[in-house]
Amino acid sequence: MTISSLIDTPSELTDSASSKTAIVLMTRIRLARNLAGRPFPGWAKPAQRAEVLQLCREALVEATAMKRSVNVAVHELSDLEKQILVERHLISRELSGSDAGSGVVINRDQTVSVMINEEDHLRIQVLRSGLQLKKAWNAINDLDSALEQRLDYAFSPTLGYLTACPTNLGTGLRASAMMHLPALVIGGQMEKVVRAVNQLGMVVRGLFGEGSDASGSIFQISNQTTLGEAEDEIIKRLQSVLQSIVEHELNARERLLEADPGKVFDKIGRAYGILQNGHVLSSGEAMNLLSLVRLGVDLGAFPDGHRQVIDRLFIEAQPGHLQHAQQGPLEAGQRDLLRAERLRSEFANLTRPNFTYPAPGKSVDGKN
Amino acid sequence: MAKTLTCNFCSQPATVHLTKIVANKVHNVDLCEDCAQAKGVTNPGGFSLGDLLLEASLKGEASSGGGGVRCEQCGFTQADFKKHGRFGCPACYDTFAALLEPMLDGMHKGTRHAGKVPRAALERKSLYDRLTKLELDLTDAIKSERYEEAARFRDEINQVKQAFTPKDSA
Repeated sequence: MTISSLIDTPSELTDSASSKTAIVLMTRIRLARNLAGRPFPGWAKPAQRAEVLQLCREALVEATAMKRSVNVAVHELSDLEKQILVERHLISRELSGSDAGSGVVINRDQTVSVMINEEDHLRIQVLRSGLQLKKAWNAINDLDSALEQRLDYAFSPTLGYLTACPTNLGTGLRASAMMHLPALVIGGQMEKVVRAVNQLGMVVRGLFGEGSDASGSIFQISNQTTLGEAEDEIIKRLQSVLQSIVEHELNARERLLEADPGKVFDKIGRAYGILQNGHVLSSGEAMNLLSLVRLGVDLGAFPDGHRQVIDRLFIEAQPGHLQHAQQGPLEAGQRDLLRAERLRSEFANLTRPNFTYPAPGKSVDGKN
Repeated sequence: MAKTLTCNFCSQPATVHLTKIVANKVHNVDLCEDCAQAKGVTNPGGFSLGDLLLEASLKGEASSGGGGVRCEQCGFTQADFKKHGRFGCPACYDTFAALLEPMLDGMHKGTRHAGKVPRAALERKSLYDRLTKLELDLTDAIKSERYEEAARFRDEINQVKQAFTPKDSA
């Protein structure tokens, strides 16, 4: 199996949106693992990196979860392929820029990817659509236990799994959820949410991790600490933070609709108009417009099935995916034209929004 | 009178003060305008306070010296850690335990691991360590012509080796 066949295969990320994924688009868990007695990737000599790559690949092909997977060395990938994998959250930017001796193994439906010789020897990741922290944990725990049968992990009874950076010590676990929070953004409450979430030991990041902006009102929320707490406690804590953010977003939507439904519908209607008729769209603008239409789906203005189209377009409107579809590199200006063309043709077939104004004196959910 | 706080990164007067509470402990980072900009603090969600705290505590350490400890396994030094914020190999955690301990307090919820344990890998390691020791004992016993003991060590070695071969039911 090759990277390009992987890109054309239906994946968890691009093809499983439903009403269950309305606010939490997807859940990811990653585990950082290292092999005992071997220098961490950032300090290892090329021969030592090559050895670790070999050992980890051998262990991975034996694991049931990785049957029929793509198994490549990073230096074998073109810049475009790497960019596409980053846009699909299957490899990190750090791995895509790494030297020889790094690799990645990705299963067919792209729910599991294992980076080798990124910051740690192994970065195992499991991804699930919607809010499915427990399922993701069970899957990654099984894979980790299978790998442990073949690999000698660096582990200390007091410090847990030893990682290159002490911020990942202990469980080596980072659980995160990708959330769509348009009403909190429109209502200007996001800063408050970020502060509150930080106080609870969780971190809020943009769509593509540290330092990225939150275009499309999409945020990633994850645990900050890894040592001193068991995996299921970390997951439970994150789960309750996520649920409370979902509630805040729902309340914010209700308030927006109560205060000024015309204004909200206007935003959504205009977004639909531009996506259907625009000719120049930057990646950031496209994300923001798609986000508004997605809010429209959640509010019942569009059929539920549109959500999946939008979630797929969130990924396919990214620069790497556009260039892959075009089969060649494009300058930013050309990309914006092509992106608009692509969105126009997708939106030509999407039904018009059908807005229902809440009856006066009643709130949107029918309660008084 | 309140003393003027200086930036943790460049010693200019600090105007940005960040506070993080982990497990009821308060941790502060003070920054000047320029460093706050450079570290992306002004961009909500765009920076990691955890990394910033780590960096700040390393800067503090750097001025207090600390000698030239060097990891025997991989040659990593304390200066390397201050530069990269990452360790060289798993053994560095023993080598630099003294440096690490105060940092962990502010970084995590606790200082002791409470999660999953790689049981299979640890059992394998303890068997391996036992085997290595038995083989040394055996050589010693043969050298000093203690043949009865040697025979016992050989039996034990065979037992341990059998435990290494995975059983079908396992």
